[in-house]
This record gives sequence, C-alpha cells and structure tokens, in this order.
Amino acid sequence: MRNGVTITFELDGKQVRAHPDETIWQIANREHNELPHLCYAPKPGYRADGNCRACMVEIEGERVLAASCIRKPTQDMRVHTGSERAMSARRLVFEMLEVDQPNRDEAHDPDSRFWHWTDQVRPETNRMPSGKTPLPDPSHAAMRVFLDSCIHCNLCVRACREVQVNDVIGMAYRGRESKVVFDFDDPMGNSTCVACGECVQVCPTGALIEESLVDREGVSLGLKIDEVDSVCPYCGVGCQITYKVSNNQIVAVNGRNGPANNSRLCVKGRFGFDYVNHRHRLIKPLIRRPDVGKEADMEVNPANPLTHFQEVDWPEALDYAAAGFKKVLRESGSAGLAGFGSAKGSNEEAYLVQKLVRTGFGTNNVDHCTRLCHASSVAALMEGIGSAAVTAPFTACRDADVIIVIGANPTDNHPVAATFFKQARKNGKELIVMDPRGTTLGRHATHMLQFNPGTDVAMLNALLHVIIEEEIYDTEYVSQFTEGFENLRRHVQQFSPEEMSKVCGIDPDTLRQVARKFATADRSIIFWGMGISQHTHGTDNARCLIALAAITGQVGRPGTGLHPLRGQNNVQGASDAGLIPMVFPDYQAVDSENIRSRFENEWGTSLDPQKGLTVVEIMEAVHSGQIRGMYVMGENPAMSDPDVHHARQALAKLDHLVVQDLFLTETAYYADVVLPASAWPEKDGTVTNTNRQVQMGRAALNLPGDARQDWWIIQELATRLGLDWNYAGPSDVYAEMASVMPSLDNITWDRVDAESSVTYPCDSPDQPGHEIVFGDGFPTFNRRAKLVPAGIHLPDEQPDTDFPMILTTGRQLEHWHTGAMTRRARVLDEIEPEAVASFSPAEFQRHGIQPGEMVSIVTRRGRISIKTRQDLAIPEGMVFVPFCYAEAAANVLTNPALDPMGKIPEFKYCAARIERLPVL
Amino acid sequence: MDVSELVRPNHPGRGKARHTGSPKGRQVSQNAVADVRKIIGPAPVRRDLLIEYLHSLQDHYGCLHTDNLVALAHIMKLSLAEVYETATFYAHFTIVAEDENSPPPITLRVCDSLTCEMFGAQQLLAGLQDQLGRRARILRAPCMGRCHTAPTVEVGHNHVDNATVTSVVSAVDRFDVGPSIPSYENLDAYRSAGGYGLLEDCYSGKRTREKLIALLQESPLRGLGGAGFPTGLKWQIVRGYEGPRLMAVNADEGEPGTFKDRYYLEREPHRFLEGVLVAAWVVEAETVYIYLRDEYPAVRELLLTELARVRQAGLYGKTNIELRRGAGAYICGEESSMIESIEGKRGLPRHRPPYVAEKGIFDRPTLVQNVETLYWIRAIIENGPEWFASHGRNGAKGIRSYSVSGRVREPGVKVVPAGVTVRDLIDEFSGGMLPGHEFKAYLPGGASGGILPASMDNLPLDFGRLEEYGCFVGSHAVVILSDQDSIRAAALNLMRFFEDESCGQCTPCRVGTEKAVSLMERNQWDEALLTDIGQAMMDASICGLGQAAANPLFSVIKYFREESVCETE
Repeated sequence: MRNGVTITFELDGKQVRAHPDETIWQIANREHNELPHLCYAPKPGYRADGNCRACMVEIEGERVLAASCIRKPTQDMRVHTGSERAMSARRLVFEMLEVDQPNRDEAHDPDSRFWHWTDQVRPETNRMPSGKTPLPDPSHAAMRVFLDSCIHCNLCVRACREVQVNDVIGMAYRGRESKVVFDFDDPMGNSTCVACGECVQVCPTGALIEESLVDREGVSLGLKIDEVDSVCPYCGVGCQITYKVSNNQIVAVNGRNGPANNSRLCVKGRFGFDYVNHRHRLIKPLIRRPDVGKEADMEVNPANPLTHFQEVDWPEALDYAAAGFKKVLRESGSAGLAGFGSAKGSNEEAYLVQKLVRTGFGTNNVDHCTRLCHASSVAALMEGIGSAAVTAPFTACRDADVIIVIGANPTDNHPVAATFFKQARKNGKELIVMDPRGTTLGRHATHMLQFNPGTDVAMLNALLHVIIEEEIYDTEYVSQFTEGFENLRRHVQQFSPEEMSKVCGIDPDTLRQVARKFATADRSIIFWGMGISQHTHGTDNARCLIALAAITGQVGRPGTGLHPLRGQNNVQGASDAGLIPMVFPDYQAVDSENIRSRFENEWGTSLDPQKGLTVVEIMEAVHSGQIRGMYVMGENPAMSDPDVHHARQALAKLDHLVVQDLFLTETAYYADVVLPASAWPEKDGTVTNTNRQVQMGRAALNLPGDARQDWWIIQELATRLGLDWNYAGPSDVYAEMASVMPSLDNITWDRVDAESSVTYPCDSPDQPGHEIVFGDGFPTFNRRAKLVPAGIHLPDEQPDTDFPMILTTGRQLEHWHTGAMTRRARVLDEIEPEAVASFSPAEFQRHGIQPGEMVSIVTRRGRISIKTRQDLAIPEGMVFVPFCYAEAAANVLTNPALDPMGKIPEFKYCAARIERLPVL
Repeated sequence: MDVSELVRPNHPGRGKARHTGSPKGRQVSQNAVADVRKIIGPAPVRRDLLIEYLHSLQDHYGCLHTDNLVALAHIMKLSLAEVYETATFYAHFTIVAEDENSPPPITLRVCDSLTCEMFGAQQLLAGLQDQLGRRARILRAPCMGRCHTAPTVEVGHNHVDNATVTSVVSAVDRFDVGPSIPSYENLDAYRSAGGYGLLEDCYSGKRTREKLIALLQESPLRGLGGAGFPTGLKWQIVRGYEGPRLMAVNADEGEPGTFKDRYYLEREPHRFLEGVLVAAWVVEAETVYIYLRDEYPAVRELLLTELARVRQAGLYGKTNIELRRGAGAYICGEESSMIESIEGKRGLPRHRPPYVAEKGIFDRPTLVQNVETLYWIRAIIENGPEWFASHGRNGAKGIRSYSVSGRVREPGVKVVPAGVTVRDLIDEFSGGMLPGHEFKAYLPGGASGGILPASMDNLPLDFGRLEEYGCFVGSHAVVILSDQDSIRAAALNLMRFFEDESCGQCTPCRVGTEKAVSLMERNQWDEALLTDIGQAMMDASICGLGQAAANPLFSVIKYFREESVCETE
C-alpha cells in the first residue's frame, strides 16, 4: 500500500486492510463483491457522485445508510454490504427507477448496465405507479436522446463537464422536473455539442445512444457485435479505440484506456468510420484511358471514374505502374522520380515507401505532409536540441503548474489532448493561450493573449527579454545545459515588452506577467501547433520557444517540456521511418557516408548520397522538367499544397503518376495508374503518436472488392522494379525497421501487440519507455541546447489596399486533412457539410453581407466562392478558411513562400480580400 | 490584378447543406453583452456571484432573457449549461426564450404550504386566477414565513397578510409591489443601549476567544436552525481547522411553519449582527456570508442599510460581510446546499463527510450558524451561561422561539422556556384554540418534523425528545391542527412540498417524493408500498430533506391510521 499507511476495518465480518483513499465500493470490489452501481463508473476521470443510491451499505452506529461508491472507511468501522436494510433500500431504488423505463423488449439498450443490475436487484413485481414519459430528441446526426430512460445519474454531465470539459450538458431544473439539458435545454443537434460521444459511452441506460444502434422508434437493433481493439486513424493524439463490428461494418466505436486518451474520443474517432463503405470507394485498379489527357483544371467525378479511367486487373495495373517508372529511370535517371508517402498509414507502410523510393527509384526525393505541418518545428528542434520528437507527452500537463498553448487550436485539431489541458486548468493550473484567433480553449485560459497575426517572434522575444532582464532564468541550467546564452541576452535586449507591445498588440504588463509566471513556476510546459510552424518565420518561432524552455530549465522534468502537437495520426512515425528527403530512418543523415554505407549494407544496394527534394520543391522540379514520374501513396498534394493550382499544373505535367489511395482523390485525377488501397480499419500495423507512443492498429474489416493491403501493393511494385522483397506481412517489415532504428530498441512487434502502446525510447523489454526525455542534457554533440536568437521577419505577403485582409487556414473539428475520408463519413459530413469562411461581425458589417451568404475570397493566387460564417473568435481583418473543401479549396489562395530552414509554406498568412458576389 | 475562379463542383461530401452562418449552438450578441455589463456593473466578475447577477437581470427585466443569459455566460467565461442549470434551479428566476413573451409586470406568489392552505390558499388561488386573469402571473409558492398571518400572497415583493381576493386585487390595482420595511431598532438605538460593547471588548482584547468559547460551552445554546448542535463546541471545532476560515449565516428560514428568524431580523437586526461579528471574530472568519432567503425582501433592505452603517462605524473588524440573496429554494436551508448556493451554483447538498466545519465554502473550514443562535450570543455572554440555562421546563434548558400557527387564537413567535409542551403553547402562550376548533394534531417541527396526535400533548418540545415517536422539534415550528382539518390532507400537502422542493439529486428523494405523492393522492393508501418508499427515503437519501420527508407519512400511518385507509372527507 502507498506510504505504508493503511487502515483496518470490518467488511461483512471480515477484517480488511485498506488505503485511506479507497472507497468501500472499491474495497468490496477487490474482495470480489461488486456492489450494484449505476451513477458510479469505475473509469479514469469519473469521480463518484453517490447520487443513484444503488450501492448503499450499512455502517454500524450510523443513522442512515451510506453510498459505498463515495464513502471511505475509517479505522475499525464495521460495514455490512448485505444487510436487509441495505438490500431493501437498493431494491426500492431499482423499483423506483425501473417503473418509468421503457419495457425491456422495447429498450434502447436492453444490455445496458441498468438492466444488468436490475436483473440482480429488483423485486419480482414492480408496485410503483408510473410517471411521465419525456419525448425523444432525434436532432443530432450521430446520437439519440431518450430521456424516458434517464435515471439522472449525472454520468453524462460528468462526462461532458469534467472528463471532456466540453461543457454542453447540464442537469437543469429541480426535483422531479430535473432534466439533462444541452446548453439552454436546446435540441442536442442545435446545441454547442461537439459530438465527442463521451456521454453515449458512459450512459448506463441507453438514454444517450449511438443513432446506429437503434431503429426509428428508438428500439435496440439487437445487433450481434464483435469487438476489435485498435487505435484511431485521425490526428496525432493516438486514441485507443474498440471497434464494434457487426456484419463487416463498424457500427460504433468506444474509447479504450490508452495512455493518450484515457478512454476518451472525439467526433472523428467516435463517428467517423463509415467512409470505408462509401460508394466512392475504389475497389478495382484503374489505368488512365489513352484518350484522356491531363489539365490542371480538370476534374473527375469520384463516383464515376470511368469517364477518365478503365478498370484493369492487378497484374496489369502493377506492370503498367512499374513500366512507367522504369521508363523515366531509363530516360532521366533517378532524379526524374519522386515519391510521397503518407502520415495517415502505418509505420511499416511509411518505411516501405521510403525504401522503395530510395532503393527502387534510387533517389532521396521522398517526402510527406510533415513538410506542410511541422517541418520548421523539426528544423528548430534538430538544430536546438538534436531531436525533433516531443520531450514530454501532452498528458504531462497534469504535472505542470503553467501550461502555454501557442498557435494551436487543440479543441478542434487535437480534441482529446485538449481535454487534458482543460482538466489541468480545472485543477487550478495556469493555462496561457496565445493565438491570433480566439480559440475555444481561450474561455478556459487564465491568460488569453490574442496577438497580432505573424508577430510571434516579437511577442516571444519580449518574454525572453523580461526573463533575462529580471534575471528569473535558471542560471544553473543555463550554464550546465545551454550554449549561446550571452548571444541571446544581447539579442533580446532590444525587444522590451513596451516596444514589442506595439508590434504584437499585447500590453506590456501582460507580457511581463506571463513571462514571470512561466519562468518562476516549478513546472512549465509549452505546446504548440501550426500557428507556430506554418510561417516563413516558422523556424524562428520555434527557436524562441526552445529558448524559453531552455533558459528557464523548463524541460526534461515531469510537468515541463517542449511539445509540438503533431497533426496526423502517424506523422511522428512516418518521419521516424524516414519519409524525409534528408534522412534515413531515425533521422540518420543521407549525406553521411558512414550512415549511408550502413544502410547500403542493410538494404543491399547503393544509395543516393544527395539530399532529396521536399514536397514543394518536388512540384517545382516537375515544373522545371526534372521530375517526370511520381508515386503518391495516401497523400493528396492537389489539395494540400500551397498555391494548389500551381501544384495541380505540376501533377498534370507528369509523364507518369501512380496514386495509391482509397478514393479517387483530387490528386488521382491526374494519375496514370490508381491502385485501390486498404483503409485503416482493414489493416494491421503500428503508428506512433505525438507522445512517441508506438501503438498497434488491428484489422476489423475485410477489404472491399479488389482493394489490397498497402504493404502488398508496395512490395509488388518493388518486385517489378527488380527488388527482392519477401515480406510476409507488417510484422516482418516492423522487424526490419526495428533493426535499423535504435529508437525502437526493446520495442518488438509482439510487445506492441501485447501492450497496445509502448513509448520510445525504451531501455529494456520489460520496462515502460521514457515519457520525459532530456533530463540530463540533449542529444547534441556537447549535450547542450543551442540557443538561437530570432529576428523579426514579417510574413511574406502583407495586406495592402488591393488585399486588405489576412487569410489564415487550418482544420475544423469534423474534418481531417483534405477531407478525403471525413467528408465521406456521414456524421461528419452532416455536421460540417460545406465549405465555409469565417470572419468577425465587423467584417460582415463592413462588407454589407449577412452570415450564411456566399462571397468570393480572392488572393494573388486565386479566387474561391464560399459560404460565410460569423465568428466572434476571428479578429477583425482576418478570414479563416479550412483547407478540406474541394469545392472551395483554401489552397487555391495560399502563398507558397517557404520558411528558409524548414521549407514549410506560409499557410497561416497571406493577403486577401472578400468580395460580395454579384446579384444574379 | 485579378484572378478568375475555377469552378469545380465535385467534392466528397454529400452537400446536404444545413449549417447556418454561425458556429455551433447559441452565439453571443455583442449588444446583449453591453446590456448585461451595464446591469451587473463594471467590477471584475466572480463565479460565486452568478446568482446575484441573475437577480440583477431578473429585477431589471422582470425575467431572464436567453440572449442575456448567453451574454452573462460569455462575460463570466462560463458554459451555457452552467448558467442555465443554476438559473433553472431556483424558483424566483423566470427564463424567457427568444420566441416567448415576457411575463406580466406583476407576479403573485400564493403560499400554499400547510398553514396557508388550512386558511384557504387554494380558494384564494382560484379566486385570484378568476379575478385577475392575465393581468398578473399567478404562481403557487411555498412557505414565506408568515404563517401566523395566513394566508399570504406576495404581490411583487409586497407581502399581503391575511390575504383575501379583494385585498390582493387592490394591491395589484395600486401597483403596490414593494416590501414594507418594519420599524426596528436601528444602530443608534442599539448602541445607546450598550450594543456592540461586547464586540468592542473582543476587538480591544478585553475578551479572549478561548474564554468566549468556554463560556458558550457552559451554556445550553444549540443550533436553532433545527439540528441543535452545541454552539460552543462548533466554534471550537471550526477553530481547530487551519485557516483561512469562513462563516455563513443561514438566514434561509424555509421550513414551513417557521418565522422566528424573520421575527428577530425585523426587530433587532443589530443584536443579531453583533452575534455574527463576535462569532466571526472568534473563528477568525475572513468573510461572513449572510444567506438570506429571497422571501424576506424587507429584511434584505433593512440589512443592506444597517450593514452599511455598521461597516461605516468601523465595526467589521478584520472580517467582511457579504449579504447573499437566495432565489427560492427550500433545500438551500440545508447547510451544504446553502454553501453551494453561496458559491453561485445549484443548491445540491454535499455528501458528508467531510463536514462543512472542515470543508465548507470554497472548501475552506466554515462556521455555519442560524440567525436565532447568533441573536442569543450577546445576551448569553453578558448575562452569563447560567442565566440562559436557568430557563426551561421538563428538563430542557434555555430559551426557545416557537413559531406557532394554525388553529390557535394568538399565533406568532413565542419566546418561552425550552421544553414547553404543545399544551403549554396553546393554552398558556397562544390564547387557546380558535373558537369552534377542537385540538386534534400538531406538527412539532415544521413540515419535516412529523405529526403528533392531540393525545400526545404532554411531550417536551425539545431536541432529542420526540425522536422515539418518529418526530423531531427541528426549527420549533409548531402548527396546530383541529378537528376541521384532515391529517391525511395535511400529510399530502407536506409531501407535495417536499416533491416541489427536492433538489432532484438522489433517487430516493427525487423519485420517492413523486411516487409517494401519487400514491397518497389515491383514495386507498397502499400502506406497504408507502412504508417501503418512506423507509428507502429515510435510509438512503443524501440529505435531511429526503431523510425526513416521509415523517408526516409515517405519522399518518402510525397515529391516524383511520384516515389513511380511506379518504374521510
């Protein structure tokens, strides 16, 4: 027992030792006596509330019974769990609750915890008079509300308010009128509900339930359900899930108690899986019809690819694909080819793609969307601390005193990570949010710094200025673990809060206060997102953050660290696996002869000694005629690249393009060969989340039609390019990966399979990995962090009279990346069905438009027509457009200017204007 | 420069456009934010003042408009649900949705708790509905602490005592809606009679905290809100927990039949306030929250006036006093619910342990005292504990204030020796029964204290003396019923009261009161089932409301069984 402090008490006549923090219910439970419980859910994050009174026990000497879920025994207490008085109270509770339930044969969930316990506790006949029957609420796309089954246990309220901290559900009114409400007793579908489904997962009666599990009348469909444990394919959080599969369809998803999610999910992970069955799904290999050319402006209806393609069998498709590559190789050499892998696939797939490009194409021209999200963060981190991965998981915020979240909108983009931030704030931690947009997290923040767009460096340098000027940095840490401090000190002298306030728009007092809080707290931690990285000064932004953490010694200890929130489910893993043009797996430089020769030995072939080209550079190289053939696996540059018209022109120009995907993506429009691939729930494989946790994904569904496993497709291409690959499956690939990647030491496939999640680095096969790293220096040559001063550089394109506004782009909660999956998921599509641009009420007034009206948004690169949304969170002078909508692609507008170090485009800032559409 | 648009209609979505031009859910209106800001004032918002802000809005608009509630949530950085669940918990807030009309300018609250019902509340309610129609909003309401002048109707904030349809309609016609401030002993009068001398002795060091606690422990003073916990011991316990400590005064006198706290507050507010400040000094409370029920608007006005004077006179010492306003919820008289309400939330009772002395307001050690208890502090300290102990009958000690109402000639607050019997109260202190009424039964302790038959008229009305009969004296609210009253109807009235006032948190109370009412409305009572329900409520409810709600029911089954078998009327 912890601290050795225990008490002894009598439980049903037996002496029991217990920790003073344990409740009677917990103790009884571990003594193999599970007491009835409805409002109590023994799950992480759910406190006992003691309201249902199903678990009453009798304590000698007490006037009334006690709820065992919330009562802790004291020394020598005598507790009776089975006394007639206690049993009678429980029977009455169940009798009272059951009478107003729908009959079990018409129940919304006849297998609910309520019915389970009712079977065991309630009397034979129910004598109670029945009460009123509330009406169902079918307003939500994903969930049904049947308050006729509600027992007021309050679990949904705790789910929404304390676990997910989405704060939508309340228990309103009083007494017999008390009622679970959404916001102001609004229909769920009209409320601020973000559909995380936590309430549905925890509801013990089926009063809140997945729409997919009941019929029109609300009666359970009674599906026969198999469960498969896996991990969510959306975003870098890496929530563990359990698919509920019926008849080869995923009918529901539950959160599993993974280290990154503690059983929580967001709307995508909960309700976003039916894309796999979408009618657009590719189930036959396609090759381009010889009579159809390619133009940048072309489009193909993904429901009917046969206007541009013809169906072929696999051998023909693969032969055709390989022949095209070989032709380019013959005519232009290795430099004529490039490949994009995907951060949405498994580690094994990423490894195979980069190996195919490096050994089959003979080039390092291999990259993936990390280039578009955190390349500048990676550049700064590699330069500063010699490692690009997070130094601490986001759950470390629980141990922090001060939490900075900058340039990130985690409630939309990393919703489950956001729950931990919000909870930390609820537990009294300081939460400092810095973002030009007012984010949902801002409501929870102790300080919300809504600074002027693009002025990150000015603001952050002011913080550094205060910390150094007021000598509140960690002198010992600075002298032991950093280099370049003097240089930094001199540099930030010119950045006083007073001066920088004029630039960033945050008053000097707030800057000083925030700097002091961050520096002087025992434990401070920094999280950032693409608001930091997607700028031409993205590397500089990240350098400032590294300096902040390093000079204050806020790194390497529990509750401290640097954490760039990785965007996609496997962007960490795909980068680790070597889907980067400058490095082999595990960030081993391609231009190091030692390293290269080791990989040449390992892979049995000579390797390109030159760094390859990055995503945007590859497109430029297509334009210049250097690159003529491309292999694109699971990426969609025709939507995700900046100035996408330019990128589409490049794709159209390619002599040979092979696209491997689930759907006919916008990129596949230009393909010569389209290979129908496997969706996440159809395959086995590991992924690595933002926390460095390697997790196991497992197949739950059969592949549709002629679709094939991605690893198989890659291997077939490799074979046709003359490589001798003989992987029998993902575990074989993993074994080879692990042999060339020291980061995976002690983490075998079987271990990941057994434990579902293992953090790297890991010291031994039977020890958990290190969540917090760099407690004793950094993996740089001198073990020190390099402090790199950052100057102020304006974003590349400033507003002017023609384009007076700032366009910023990003994601929405419901949609992921280019929308290829999420827009084909029914629920997600229903909640966010169409392209939308958000701006402030002031702009609506200025432009004389009504919310919901269509407008044009114009930049120097292009123009889109889009519906408008009025959003107070967007500052005046800014327009926000999510980049997932093909019909109004934000990247038609964006500026391809690159950060010089990270080669990341400035998605977060360009000059734009709004135009009213001419009245027709 | 200009660029043309490339129209590409194909996209993966189904394009079933549904979204409106705003993010999910209700959006805040900047105009409403400005309006609400103006009404709640420019001071930094505090979470615990939510109910006060809701009052400001309710007072200003006569209701709570949803757009203002959204604005309030926005200003306070609260979720919509948090504001809504608090606003809907309390009976005195009226939420008006965007598509609803505002209520009429006058709201009538017709008390239909037991004594008022005995004196014709239902007929009054019907008569007023008939006469006034839509000119006023007419609501039934629980006890307003004016049982000796039953029936009572509150017109706006004007309480019409011994109300008739005519007198109420006349008040409506005259728009006579403000509280009438009773004449009371003001600060000057109180000080000239030696008031606040004790407090000054405390501040100057002439008194010590330890001695005051010892002195109170020698006296038989017990918590007079109903629980009867020894006051000196409570002070000592609270002082034993590490500070900063807080104090709450429970002036949420809601037990039907009880009006003795109002009696003291409306007559001698300073004697009470001196008790407050002495107690606060003893436990070194940083802040004292006086939680006053919203049914006492006149008391609120006079307290606001007098508190300002006391503060000006420099008598606050190191403590601060905040007067908080309840909003129509009986449950908030339960001390932990009151604390939740002081924190600006719904009044849901907390689980014990921990007790509020250890973890009270904002989880800090908290001294909670009833108004009357504090009222006696000065007299006991000045006259000595033995003076106080010298009063009492039948073995009880001290002076008690019984709120007597019902079928007696002279109802009112009876400040008499502790331990008197109901017979003493009727004959000796209340002028006997009303003409034509024969004493039949009595409630010894308000709605929750059970019902005793006239045959048991010799029991001392004191703490711990009635429990063996399934009753308790609680707040000493004694309601006298006669041969013209149905005990069964009284029990149903009381159960309805508990059904209305249950917070809804725990199953036995929320569902039990509802099922019990439904069963008690039947001609033939299902005694076995009602007994089971009552027992479950008593054993398994979280707080005293549910645990005691079945007392009247049990009393009927035990002492008036002939009535429970079949309706007699």
